[in-house]
Amino acid sequence: MILTQEALKLPQINYVALSPMLILFGAATVGVLVEAFAGRGRRYPVQLGLSLVSLVAALVMVVRVAHTRELTAGGAVAVDGPALFLEGTLAVLGIVALLLVAERSLEPGGPFVAVAAVTAGTEADRVQAQRRDAGTEVYPLLLFALGGMMLFVSANDLLTMFVALEVFSLPLYLMCGLARRRRLLSQEAALKYFLLGAFASAFFLFGIAMIYGYAGQINFAAIHEAIQSSTNDRILLYLGLALLAIGLLFKAAAVPFHVWTPDVYQGAPTPVTAFMAACTKVAAFGALLRVIYVAFERTAWDLRLVIGGIAVLTMVVGSVLAVTQTDIKRLLAYSSIANAGYLLVGVLAVGGNGNHDGLASSMFYLVAYGFSVVAAFGVVTLVRDADGEATHLSRWAGLGRRSPLYAGLFTFLLLAFAGIPLTSGFTSKFAVFGAALASGQAWLVVLGAITSVILAFPYLRVVVLVWLSEPGENTPTVSIPGALTSAALAIGALATLLLGIAPQPLLDLSSRAAEFVR
Amino acid sequence: MRSTGMRLIVGTLRCMRGYLGSYATLGLLLVVGAAALTGAFGVNRLLRPGRPGDPAGKFANYECGLDPVGGDWAQVQIRYYLYAYLYVLFAVESVFLFPWAVVFALPGFGRTAVVEMGIFVGVLALGLLYAWRKRVLRWT
Repeated sequence: MILTQEALKLPQINYVALSPMLILFGAATVGVLVEAFAGRGRRYPVQLGLSLVSLVAALVMVVRVAHTRELTAGGAVAVDGPALFLEGTLAVLGIVALLLVAERSLEPGGPFVAVAAVTAGTEADRVQAQRRDAGTEVYPLLLFALGGMMLFVSANDLLTMFVALEVFSLPLYLMCGLARRRRLLSQEAALKYFLLGAFASAFFLFGIAMIYGYAGQINFAAIHEAIQSSTNDRILLYLGLALLAIGLLFKAAAVPFHVWTPDVYQGAPTPVTAFMAACTKVAAFGALLRVIYVAFERTAWDLRLVIGGIAVLTMVVGSVLAVTQTDIKRLLAYSSIANAGYLLVGVLAVGGNGNHDGLASSMFYLVAYGFSVVAAFGVVTLVRDADGEATHLSRWAGLGRRSPLYAGLFTFLLLAFAGIPLTSGFTSKFAVFGAALASGQAWLVVLGAITSVILAFPYLRVVVLVWLSEPGENTPTVSIPGALTSAALAIGALATLLLGIAPQPLLDLSSRAAEFVR
Repeated sequence: MRSTGMRLIVGTLRCMRGYLGSYATLGLLLVVGAAALTGAFGVNRLLRPGRPGDPAGKFANYECGLDPVGGDWAQVQIRYYLYAYLYVLFAVESVFLFPWAVVFALPGFGRTAVVEMGIFVGVLALGLLYAWRKRVLRWT
């Protein structure tokens, strides 16, 4: 083969438009260098400062390029409204989660160890769990994950999307195994997440192969064209789409691909759980929306029944199983599964006029849910006894008498999850269900409303337990949070309140951003 | 209009002849293989005498006719996995270096290509640097 310049051109890359993720990748790389060369005592302040500055810089760049609407890097990355909106969301939620990750006053040396793979229960593991000056690897990992998520929501072809999926998944697997307390549970969570995640990635990759077999292209726009014009067998398309959907729905924690969620949410260090619940959800749904709206819009009618079924299953299973939980982290995990169902309802408002509203309301939902869930897990990190966090629900009995402020805060967040008016939970559910109604998905809305009522029960049970029970012998105390956790809690609770009272600015913003570039 | 299930079946049948047709042989081989294995074991089961019991040595490990030494569960320390990681690092690197070397000499590529490859190799070298500083390369 003769290579000529015409045949092979360097792609045009708009570095400014890509700068948010480039900043994060760059900062993460510097973070690795800091780990390798800075003295032990200085790593924590340096890493925290570096992560915060880079995240703020990424957010500033997102705002500065907010009006960019173009494909760049040879069509591999789309910088458009939804991509920038979700990148901004990821940066903000990343900052809030970082504040929880960086908290060191609750536990000397912070909630992380340095090496995830040391055999649990050995002498080496005990030694590293007692160290006070290690465990700063989590900051570069967090930045790599966030950079990967940003690429994931703006990827415009399937291979870029797959690479981004791996870039954000691998750090997450590792971060799950870094808990200082309950090492074995943490390692179990990491291994489970890794194995199941690897399966999901394999499905995703095989789906790409099938789609390539059908369309002869991996670019979203080309797939969109091919669905109309290709003479290949459509079974390849459906097979590929199903496999792709498995990969994406796994990350989104939709039933029946949800089995990892409770175990991983429970075993992972709570700040990492908060990060996963908020940011992974944004990334997974951002990518799902892009795949469905940009590449497979013309198969939306065929998709509707399948994804609708998954949405119903997710809402029902998530809310019913949440009722039976006795551990607060598992309860929040099942609540997160049910919320994935509500988000799928928003995703399903695809096709025709619902396109725009479905997209805008889903993005609004992601922001609202992200803030609430980070704050909720933030409160979970505070309820502790000598063995670390006390997550069993029976231990929370009578917590309201001991510390009314944090119990009140948690109650407010639970009410937001339950969708009580004047909280962001109400406005976001209202927006999503409204969009689904507008596109004629009344059955989904009815089921969504029913499951919301079911889901309100476990939340209210916790509220009753916290306020109306007598504090028992072993009710733990609520630790006084340091400045970082306080800031994270304040931001999360304020956003939950503000998006409940005055959602219009963000609704307008998401509505203006809700236009994909093909 | 045919139902979705009907369409799926028809589509699958058509697929057998089309893009996925070449996999039909593989599928057939798998089926035949499974059948041969089940058949052989089934015949074995039917024909052999049934002698339940637990005489000494029946469940011992078989080691080429010699008396077995020790149990069959041995733990192996996987010290090499870190080296495997590092190998993967550089195997991936070389995969990208070959096409780079091909386009390098084309007009318009020289300097840009060098810089881009410098960044790529630099990031990979960073991983090695980190491993080195964390004393991964030292044999313990």
